[in-house]
Amino acid sequence: MRVAEAGRSPITLFVDGIPAAALAGDTLMTAMLIANRSLRRSEFGGEARAGFCLMGACQDCWIWTEEGDRVRACSTPAVDGARLSTRQPATAWPTRS
Amino acid sequence: MADPVVAIIGAGPAGVRAAAALVAAGVRPVVIDEAMRAGGQIYRRQPDGFTRSYTDLYGSEADRAKAVHDCFDALHGHVDYRPQTLAWNISDRRIFTAGPDGQQVLPFDALLLCTGATDRLMPVSGWHWAGCYSLGGAQIALKAQACAIGRRTVFMGSGPLLYLVAAQYAKAGAEVAAVLDTSSMSASVAALPRLLAQPATLRVGVGLLRDLRRAGVPIHRGITPVEIHGDADRGVSGVTVRTSRGDALTIDCDAAAMGHHLRPETQLAELAGCDFAFDAMVRQWLPVRDADGRSSQPGVYLAGDGARILGAVAAEAAGELAALTILADRGYRVSDTARQDARQAVARARRFAEGLARAYPWPHEQTSALGDATILCRCEAITVGDLRRTIAETGAEEANRAKAFSRIGMGRCQGRYCGLAAAELIAGAVGTPVEAVGRLRAAAPVKPIAIGSAGRCDR
Repeated sequence: MRVAEAGRSPITLFVDGIPAAALAGDTLMTAMLIANRSLRRSEFGGEARAGFCLMGACQDCWIWTEEGDRVRACSTPAVDGARLSTRQPATAWPTRS
Repeated sequence: MADPVVAIIGAGPAGVRAAAALVAAGVRPVVIDEAMRAGGQIYRRQPDGFTRSYTDLYGSEADRAKAVHDCFDALHGHVDYRPQTLAWNISDRRIFTAGPDGQQVLPFDALLLCTGATDRLMPVSGWHWAGCYSLGGAQIALKAQACAIGRRTVFMGSGPLLYLVAAQYAKAGAEVAAVLDTSSMSASVAALPRLLAQPATLRVGVGLLRDLRRAGVPIHRGITPVEIHGDADRGVSGVTVRTSRGDALTIDCDAAAMGHHLRPETQLAELAGCDFAFDAMVRQWLPVRDADGRSSQPGVYLAGDGARILGAVAAEAAGELAALTILADRGYRVSDTARQDARQAVARARRFAEGLARAYPWPHEQTSALGDATILCRCEAITVGDLRRTIAETGAEEANRAKAFSRIGMGRCQGRYCGLAAAELIAGAVGTPVEAVGRLRAAAPVKPIAIGSAGRCDR
């Protein structure tokens, strides 16, 4: 929830293809959690996860770009037009051929 | 002869003051820091385009924050500054880094580790629900992003950050549902003589309590956490604790911030080969250092909260002191007065830290009361019961052996958030002192790096 600094320029991200309104200077975590309750699902319990430490230590906030690159949402600045995925894109995982 | 390579890892208060002392002596240090801008977590700067004042951001510490920022900005051009760069290994007197310029290997003559701290966590049933954050994380949301972690937040745990962050939230207009402190008022009173070693810091703490009371925030001391309520989709919905009188108290909220003071980030010191010793006061294994910042490894120095939690004021002094020690060890003439002043500041902070450890003790005894279904490792959903079964079935009494059998400490955070509680659980289950359990060994890379990049180094 924003408590100040709401006058920055608006930007738009796409989270799983859905537009999410954010502000220049947001981290990916801020932008995504303003729009949704969580960032991703735990691979182990399946429950929603929304980050924990915000200082790059816990690695709870991993999300993916649509190209399949893994990024840490708490320490990655949001860029206008960025396309993100809350699930690891299937193409990123080497498959058996 | 080529100039010696003096490297500093971490650009918080310790690293910044160390860099300034080296530059003043004519040395151009390499400063490696993970953040985009210097200041560390405590004096973390807001991004460009944010307009809050220093007073809004740092409160009573505004002048100190500004002084540290100004100090580092003035070093521009005199330091080899490498921001957004992770030092992920130290081996054979070389630092392995990953940053905007890719992978690099930096041989060093002297290395000062100012690696800072992360929150010390005690698991609580439900701490894996979305909306549960570390106290430090809750503070960063506010400081660096002008956000609260929820509409209505419960602060639970103990230590100075509990009151500081709650008061900062209240001041920023976020709703603070309650402050739930595991420590007792009598512990704080008993700690007073030691806390008077830093009277200004003590005054700040008293002021925070006053601000919270004025804001009408309920404060409960001597509580025992029972559960963070929530579900898999919507995350946190409330917190239940047992009060000091033994009653159950449930508070509705959509976010919880938790922690028990801090723990040093010691992985790089371990990889550099530094000796560690068990510190009974904080129940942690810490790298050994002398009063001037030397580790057991020649040429490797330690300063700030990365070596021992003494706070930001002491970190500035310890950073300067360690830099002066590096200079003295390399044959430079350095001021005895400056070193003496810094030693005294660190000694005062040490006495204050003893006070904090008494006022806000790490509630290690809570581990024996944790239910088997409680998640111990948030990374891989390993429960308290999983670890208890592993100990019973394998007889593993040592931290790394228990890790091998249970995967505790093997997840993506590498044991940062479960390791201390896991050690207490093992000690409690086996009936040995926690120091006998040992500590999880540090392993490179100290944080995850892209697969394949570790092998692609410019040598």
